[in-house]
Amino acid sequence: MDNIILEMRSITKTFPGVKALDNVSFKVREGEIHALVGENGAGKSTLMKVLSGVYPAGTYEGEIHYDGELRQFSTISDSEHIGIIIIHQELALVPLLSIAENIFLGNEIATNGVINWKETFARTQELLKKVGLNEAPPTLITDIGVGKQQLVEIAKALSKKVRLLILDEPTASLNETDSDALLKLLMEFRKQGMTSIIISHKLNEIKKVADKITILRDGGTVETLDCHHEDISEDRIIKGMVGRDMEDRYPPREPKIGETLLEVKNWNVFHQQHRDRQFLHDINFNVRAGEVVGIAGLMGAGRTETAMSIFGRSWGHKITGDVSIRGKQVDVSTIPKAIDAGLAYVTEDRKHLGLVLIDNILHNTTLSNLEAVSSAGVINDHEERKVASDYRQKLRIRSHSIYQETVNLSGGNQQKVVLSKWLFTNPEVLILDEPTRGIDVGAKYEIYTIINQLAAEGKGILMISSEMPELLGTCDRIYVMNEGRIVAELSKAEASQESIMRAIMRSGEKH
Amino acid sequence: MVTETKTTQSVGDYLRANIREYGLLVALVVIMVFFQVVTGGVLFRPVNITNLILQNSFIVIMALGMLLIIVAGHIDLSVGSIVAFTGGLSAIMLVKWGIHYSIVVPVCLVLGGLVGAAQGYWVAYQKIPAFIVTLAGMLVFRGLTYLILQNRPIGPFPKDFQSLSTGFIPDFLYFLNPAPGVITNFAALAVVVVLVALAFYYGLKNRKENEKHGTENEPFGFFIAQMGIIAVVAIFLGFQLSTYKGFPNVLVVMALLIALYTFITTRSTVGRRIYAMGGNEKAAKLSGINTERLTFYTFVNMGVLAALAGMIIAARLNSATPKAGVGFELDVIAACFIGGASASGGVGKITGAVIGAFIMGVMNNGMSIMGLGIDYQQLVKGLVLLAAVFFDVYNKNKG
Repeated sequence: MDNIILEMRSITKTFPGVKALDNVSFKVREGEIHALVGENGAGKSTLMKVLSGVYPAGTYEGEIHYDGELRQFSTISDSEHIGIIIIHQELALVPLLSIAENIFLGNEIATNGVINWKETFARTQELLKKVGLNEAPPTLITDIGVGKQQLVEIAKALSKKVRLLILDEPTASLNETDSDALLKLLMEFRKQGMTSIIISHKLNEIKKVADKITILRDGGTVETLDCHHEDISEDRIIKGMVGRDMEDRYPPREPKIGETLLEVKNWNVFHQQHRDRQFLHDINFNVRAGEVVGIAGLMGAGRTETAMSIFGRSWGHKITGDVSIRGKQVDVSTIPKAIDAGLAYVTEDRKHLGLVLIDNILHNTTLSNLEAVSSAGVINDHEERKVASDYRQKLRIRSHSIYQETVNLSGGNQQKVVLSKWLFTNPEVLILDEPTRGIDVGAKYEIYTIINQLAAEGKGILMISSEMPELLGTCDRIYVMNEGRIVAELSKAEASQESIMRAIMRSGEKH
Repeated sequence: MVTETKTTQSVGDYLRANIREYGLLVALVVIMVFFQVVTGGVLFRPVNITNLILQNSFIVIMALGMLLIIVAGHIDLSVGSIVAFTGGLSAIMLVKWGIHYSIVVPVCLVLGGLVGAAQGYWVAYQKIPAFIVTLAGMLVFRGLTYLILQNRPIGPFPKDFQSLSTGFIPDFLYFLNPAPGVITNFAALAVVVVLVALAFYYGLKNRKENEKHGTENEPFGFFIAQMGIIAVVAIFLGFQLSTYKGFPNVLVVMALLIALYTFITTRSTVGRRIYAMGGNEKAAKLSGINTERLTFYTFVNMGVLAALAGMIIAARLNSATPKAGVGFELDVIAACFIGGASASGGVGKITGAVIGAFIMGVMNNGMSIMGLGIDYQQLVKGLVLLAAVFFDVYNKNKG
């Protein structure tokens, strides 16, 4: 059992402007289940992409040794060829093809391009038995649940003679029964000598199955814990995940908090696609004038969905609950009504949902409030240019003019254009969804400064962020969400990375 | 960087940024000159210019609506059938029921709007791709046309209705005519000269306004060159028309519509929202734009314009036939794409679509005069469409 199957040595991977992995080393023994944990953006997925050849050799520094040999993968099929199979969080199955077709996709059992269906079905049957899935091979993927789809992915991995199986958040979208079944399967595979790496946020599950736990933080390896030597508590893992010094990355602010601006009560929402599944449960929260309120939570906790469902029902269906602004109940059933009520939503996906990228700064700035620069449906050009120029200067949007197309701006400047657009609607409450995602440190500081200014002007800010230090550095109060519920409300004094993580983990165990 | 707002771009930068529009204008002029030469001067004869306008007016009119649809990110394949359908309806009302045209014309425009609404509903609210909805509409309305016309042409039309399409604006300035021997309709020339002068005046005024507000202007040389070309071509065409019968009625209708739609696309909130929706529908929706309603109305608008075109064609042919307008949708769509509209939405200009329509029109007309058969005409038109779009893609990838 002392056989090291995989060793990654001093891996460094740089993206333009960001060091995603910094000198990461990682060792996996044959036949163990090795868990990889860390916050969002700690570098877990990047490390696995380096391993599987998504980022080919040469685009990173460091060495990968597998089976005692130095390996350089230039494509995913290189790594798959020697038995390293990765199953991504978003399943890579074709919904309208059958289980059998999906398992052998790109790897068909065929002679001269003619598929041998008999053999295909027989082999599929065999593989499905191994993963304990009781479905007929011709069943379409779309007709089986997410849990079973996950098993099909694993069967597909088995068909490729897997030796090292990597699962990225395999249980994120599974219910408890399906999760348990999956974990049992992994333990079964361990008995047969297969090695797995599992990336997960669910620490209770990791405790159940893992032999070793490697913690990543900010692109570096923190430590590797051996679960057989000592009893590792969840608090111990959390400490490793978040234990870092807070630097002075946030502009100071004196909060002057006034009356309640936004109040959301008993907000219940069903899933947009899976229409009989309730996604948000009894959400209650409020934002006061001059206050910056954060919503913390892991990916998929329902933060963006909460914001979008409130903002003109732009997500979900069967939405019930009350929204009031300054104590008065308001109608937010359509986006124009939500804007009129005084809400603004700055999306997390500025490229797809925030900007008309082929259009310029000028037109993007006034898009949500064209009435203010027009009369009787005719736009006053000079008025419009003045507005756009003012915001360009006020928010310091770096561009050669207001006529520059937004597609050519940097992420931070694009975000400022989106902010301009919403500031021009003169909202009472701004909902900022991941306002600093994908932008560099300097621009982040500028965004924080803008947030502070808005709060000083008496606006209410609701900020959704996956970066906990950012929430702790900017917010006066933080709600913690998990699995579609608000599970804690922490004052500035109570809030810390540990307390947030604990709230998430504890609530996760209850279900 | 922030203070650099007022610096003017270099001439080269400007040309590169606007190569599409100048290129198009130059292409039209080159094509005109080419056919003028190879047809031995027939192209620019007053009779032929008049014919060119009459033959292309309905394509231009429909291209205005089609441009909005394409900019919104959709397509309408049914316009040829709507042309036949509304032409047929007008014939039944005018010829069979003897209703006066002052009632028939607005009624047909409303019916065209309803046809557009019937299709817009499926596209906007049921989210069925416009390609499929209007393909169905193309078949449905063609079928309905055969049904209401009982497979037979109806005609002739009353004289007053015909003159809508084939009539001319009378010479209301005949008493000022300096050379009655050459010029037979002085009003046409006078109106063109006045319009050119107004264009110059407002162009200069707009530049001054821009300077005052610190907004970039196109380089002065370009302004003059562009205006110059347009002025020379316009006055030349105006003169030619004035030596024949003057302005056809449809030219006036067309010119007013071009002006209206240019205004809508460049200055109105509705126009701006259509561009935003075509550029990024989700972002537009999240910005508070009612994208469904906007899509719906672009189709209603298309229906109204197709109905107008349908009546113009019926009046010109002096009969409504079930086969009217077959294949027109292709000419209209091609005009928009030659004019620089993007198939993925959000990009396109009215002036581009109009010039695109005239490029097609001049080529049709020129090749007919040369005696080229329909085979060569289609071949050449197809290649020109491909070349124009390739030019766009090439520029985009380079830039």
